[in-house]
Amino acid sequence: MKAARKMLAAVLMAGLCPLACQAAANEKAAPDLHQIVERANRTAYYQGEDGRADVNMVIVDEQGRQRTRRFTILRRDDRPPADKAGEYGPDQYAQDQRFYVYFHKPADVSDTVFMVWKHVAMDRDDDRWLYLPALDLVKRIAASDERTSFVGSHFYYEDVSGRNTNEDTHELVETTDTYFVLDNKPKRPELVEFTHYKMWIHRETFLPVQSEYYNKRGEAYRRYTVSSVARPQGYLTVTEARMEDLQTGGHTTIEYSQVEYDLGLPEDIFTERYLRKPPMQYIKK
Amino acid sequence: MITAASGLCLADAPVLPQGLVESEPAGGGSGPALPAGLAEEGRGDAGAKGPVLPEGLGGGAAVEIAEPAERTGKAAPAGDRLKFPEGFSGYWEVRAGTRLKEDPVQDDISLAETRLQLQFEKYLGKYLPGGGFQATGDLVYDAVEEDRGDVDLEEGGGFLDMRQLWVSFTPAGFMDVKLGRQVLTWGTGNLLFLNDLFPKDYQSFFLGRDLEYLKAPSDAVKASLYGDLANLDLVYTPRFDADRFVDGSRLSFFDSAAGGLRGEDSPLDPVRPDGWFEDDELAARLHRSLGGYELAAYGYRGFWKEPAGTDAAGRRTFPDLSVYGSSIRGPAASGIANAEVAWYDSRQDRQGNDSRIRNSQVRLLVGYEREIAADLTMGLQYYVDHMLDYDNYRENLPSGTAARDRDRRWITVELTQKLMAQDQLQVGCFAFYSPSESDAYLRPAVVYDVTDSWRFELGGNVFLGRDRHTFFGQFTENTNIYAAVRYSF
Repeated sequence: MKAARKMLAAVLMAGLCPLACQAAANEKAAPDLHQIVERANRTAYYQGEDGRADVNMVIVDEQGRQRTRRFTILRRDDRPPADKAGEYGPDQYAQDQRFYVYFHKPADVSDTVFMVWKHVAMDRDDDRWLYLPALDLVKRIAASDERTSFVGSHFYYEDVSGRNTNEDTHELVETTDTYFVLDNKPKRPELVEFTHYKMWIHRETFLPVQSEYYNKRGEAYRRYTVSSVARPQGYLTVTEARMEDLQTGGHTTIEYSQVEYDLGLPEDIFTERYLRKPPMQYIKK
Repeated sequence: MITAASGLCLADAPVLPQGLVESEPAGGGSGPALPAGLAEEGRGDAGAKGPVLPEGLGGGAAVEIAEPAERTGKAAPAGDRLKFPEGFSGYWEVRAGTRLKEDPVQDDISLAETRLQLQFEKYLGKYLPGGGFQATGDLVYDAVEEDRGDVDLEEGGGFLDMRQLWVSFTPAGFMDVKLGRQVLTWGTGNLLFLNDLFPKDYQSFFLGRDLEYLKAPSDAVKASLYGDLANLDLVYTPRFDADRFVDGSRLSFFDSAAGGLRGEDSPLDPVRPDGWFEDDELAARLHRSLGGYELAAYGYRGFWKEPAGTDAAGRRTFPDLSVYGSSIRGPAASGIANAEVAWYDSRQDRQGNDSRIRNSQVRLLVGYEREIAADLTMGLQYYVDHMLDYDNYRENLPSGTAARDRDRRWITVELTQKLMAQDQLQVGCFAFYSPSESDAYLRPAVVYDVTDSWRFELGGNVFLGRDRHTFFGQFTENTNIYAAVRYSF
């Protein structure tokens, strides 16, 4: 009887403990899953209304050989229409964005411009353009697959512009003192090469600090890690991050510098006019 | 029991990155960064340990971004700040090619040259609103050319080929101007030109020079006006810039009028309109975006870009030409689709009964491109060149001259595949095929970026044709392969 009661007590404690730990760990009101997912997305990709950064990417292959990509990136979030302003709060679904990428290195792509109009609607592909200055050619790029290498690095286009939060089902699998740990499964697994991925989101700032992608064998084969952050103008910014191919040992390190926000970038920067004539006042620093 | 249960909620936390640290360590919390060694994860050891918090996720205080030189120093070297390339850049290349067939009127060696391209660019925003300057020139040693000393800036002959020499500025918020020697391109075709009447260099294109050389520079002034309803580009070329067309000097062609192959011994020597401000060209494009769709209307007034006429003395001429057209390009079915149309108004022969001047024509293009597999892109185009007043053309055709079909139809297919982990190898082929003329032109190419500076290229230009007088059939002796090594800086 005593032993049984002890067992019962133990079982009850085991059952209650996660709740108790949760309560102890979360002194503030716990955000729900939807809030965590949307806030993490906003923290990673939507700081400020617009911004610019100089980016240095070092790509290292499995034999240690290096390639460098240097570019300046301009970003502008679409403004919500006046009648929908209330729908764009931090927990709300994020809006469309525009990106302008001006290459400095390597030499054979310098002055080339890559531009993306990111559309969050699930049935719309992003619009992409490439401007080749030697030919004065504005090329429109057909690319429905966002999970291909961005300029030969270990980062995909989707990593640079953001993966749509509606493409996965999310589950909060763990809450620690420091992190919310999400496990994300693709709604359309035939479109991606991973079976699921985990994200460690810093509880205090909602910044995703690490992501790990798992293959069919349950192995982690790809990992994104933030090494360093800063707060220029008060906006939380990743200043150094890494994407590793865990199977080959290759990796790409990305560093952001000269980061500025809320420059008042005009919307027409992200049009053909500025593909052909790069806005040096924002690119030159 | 409690300990075991606690173990569930106190999973080893990842180390916070630099800059993000716990501001209020929770009771029993794991505290800030775990040592790097402990945070290391083995492969396949999913979820056992979490990440180290990054530098900077520390106290609530803002952390200044250290410049690359001040931080870990593992990426950019100290003091290597990004700055606008105010100096020189360019490349040095060696390129060689050979014909694969006997060509009785040309050398076997199609290309044997070394080229140093130097580019100087300066942002002049401080002195001139939106001001910029660029000078790009190629110093060429071409072992195949005989008169290397004769620099011809118009034709790109000799040891100096000036590619760009322009000044740009923004006289008003809604207007950009670019003045000088510049390469200009518009239109939606891929290696097919309907409303792009800017000069092309078909010799370089067919010989295997870099694709950049398909476009020859214009000496012009371009004004671009931008508005809410639409945008307008106007290009005024004060002296006619012809195509660098196949005249026989580097590539032979079957000249049906002469009844045989024309080559380096007897290149065409046309009469060029060359009066400054008299023989001028004006091109315009009115364009705007609607949603993701790009719409444009075009106009051109000038001359046919290659000798499309003959004068009384039998010399080739560039007859007057006006072109009017429009295009649309935008997303369709996971790819990009485009359609373009152009009416070529051969002003000197509107009836089409002057056999010495090319008839008016209508050109139509429909294209579609999409990624069909990871890093594999396919593009398809259907193009028709429809001759107007065809009956008059046939009636007035000199006897013995092979007749052109009313409709010349082309299908083009382009396949491009990126390979290797850093996309450093690109393999592709662009093919033109004419179902109406039974000829074809293939452009297979392999480009390998050995490092960020060195590139190796290997490719071919293959001309196939059943008949001698068709567009690609006339070039069959020129089938060649080429290779190039380039160092960029």
